[in-house]
Amino acid sequence: MLTADASQAAEWRSLREELLAGDASFRAGKLHERAQATRRSILEMISTAGQGHIGGDFSVTDILTVLFDAVLNVDPEDPRKDGRDQFVLSKGHCAAALYSTLAHCGFFPASELTTFMEPLSALNGHPNRVKVPGVETNTGPLGHGLPVAVGAAIGSKLRGNGANVYVVLGDGEMQEGSNWEALMSASHHKLDNLHVIVDRNRLQQGARTEDTNGLDPLDARLAAFGLEVRVIDGHDYNELIDAFAPSTTGSPVAVIANTTKGKGVSFIEDRVEWHHKVPSKEQTIQAFQELS
Amino acid sequence: MTTTPVLKEAPTFDNRQDFADELIQLARADERIVAVCNDSVGSSNLTKFREEFPDRLINVGIAEQNMVGVGAGLANAGLIPFVCAAGPFLTGRSLEQIKADVAYSQHNVILCGMSPGMAYGELGPTHHSVEDLSWLRALPGLDIVVPADGDQTRAAVRNAVENPRPTYIRVGRFKVPKVTGEEVGLERGKFVVAREGSDLTIIATGTEVSRALWAAASLAADGISARVLNAAYISPLDEDAIAAAARETRAIVIAEEANVSGGLGAAVASVVGQLEDGARVPLRILGLREFAPTGSTQYLIEHFGLEAIDIEKAARGALNRA
Repeated sequence: MLTADASQAAEWRSLREELLAGDASFRAGKLHERAQATRRSILEMISTAGQGHIGGDFSVTDILTVLFDAVLNVDPEDPRKDGRDQFVLSKGHCAAALYSTLAHCGFFPASELTTFMEPLSALNGHPNRVKVPGVETNTGPLGHGLPVAVGAAIGSKLRGNGANVYVVLGDGEMQEGSNWEALMSASHHKLDNLHVIVDRNRLQQGARTEDTNGLDPLDARLAAFGLEVRVIDGHDYNELIDAFAPSTTGSPVAVIANTTKGKGVSFIEDRVEWHHKVPSKEQTIQAFQELS
Repeated sequence: MTTTPVLKEAPTFDNRQDFADELIQLARADERIVAVCNDSVGSSNLTKFREEFPDRLINVGIAEQNMVGVGAGLANAGLIPFVCAAGPFLTGRSLEQIKADVAYSQHNVILCGMSPGMAYGELGPTHHSVEDLSWLRALPGLDIVVPADGDQTRAAVRNAVENPRPTYIRVGRFKVPKVTGEEVGLERGKFVVAREGSDLTIIATGTEVSRALWAAASLAADGISARVLNAAYISPLDEDAIAAAARETRAIVIAEEANVSGGLGAAVASVVGQLEDGARVPLRILGLREFAPTGSTQYLIEHFGLEAIDIEKAARGALNRA
């Protein structure tokens, strides 16, 4: 198990205080800086490793940044603290985005990111809770994170510790039946401590979601399953913060975050082939400039 | 670990009753204990548990993939979930959840495969859980416990609460006699010596343990001394007891109410086959090799040659004493 980077964690704590004190435009500016730094880390990791899922990493980066920097009640220096909020990345193939987010909060030293997918690295292509602090459950096969998040939310209610649970799913992943089983449970148990966030970038590995096995009307479908649905711009930091506010209806909250796969890099954005394509040296340099 | 078996003739125990009684008793003292099921409150014998702890029985409905994932989440929230469902659906439908969410994630979920083996007799192969041992043996980090009677079932539940770890427990429905002595002897990763013997060894699991003991008694009358090992733990596997059986006795018979492809017999064969020259004794593996035809559990046990007399025959065959 990797261990915390205390000075990075301290930096993160003071950043959180600043964010809380600042106004909306200050917050958006600060969070954008953080997200772009995370994207640059992801780019470096994937470019060095020669593999990874850059498109989905970039679409989910803003969501992860807002959750970890402005929402989650977690302690990077005590990652398994009883009663903590839990975050589950169900789209586990975007591990690089999670790892760089966690490192920027001090869950483990950022220097570790250079080992991404190297032999025996803790940073596998898909996240492993046994090795990486801040990872709550091992994901990779799709349709696993939401049921686990539902269990954690039920557990938090039973224990009465006030912990909230946030789970991010890919939109293509909503084609998995297990997610709909879990949504039924979430609303049956009135899990108002659960946020189900769909990274709606409209692309899956092979094609557009709507050309593969269409999800729309996703909002109506989620509402029909009993969730309080919030449709937002998944790259607007203040909209994200608002969407992560508590449930107002006593039902679990679904956040459909409309995003762009490959967000931030012109030649990667919204292109199906960049699901797991690796940028060349020249492309890496160009992408780095666009993200700076 | 050795215990003295007290073998009664009549099958008396539906292990699900001991399972539920023990679980309720422990749940009174330990608030972390919760039960999760798939509309199987009755068949998992959880009705009393629900009456006493209505909030701690989470019935996810007919949704096994979600059920196992919910179990993992509950464990990660600091609870001790007993996830109960008929063995075939728990292990078959949710196999990837058991792999990724329980074994690989190391969430301390106690998976309880109710009515395993061919307990559902005439309902047929869709409802038989005879592949579970093969499927789950392939998962590192998951204990597999097959209690042979009611007392061992209680011990398995107690062990799970005292030291929660990813575990699969077969909770039998087909009635079995008491086969363990006063000391149940359920120790992680150990077979229980149910009977000492020096000519051959019978390694049996679950419902087959009583049958192995009957076979051993019958062999003894003919001057053949059979050691009987109760394989209550399939994972971790008691490789030392297997190696000792191969070195100290002249043959090994394995009996399991399970498919032979990858089950206990295959596990034993894999150990014995890698021993030194002279220790690789003849093996006979009794179990299923095809989907069951229609028949009651007892009928099917006889059909597949899993009765005491079949074990006895296999033992004589292995020793060339037909």
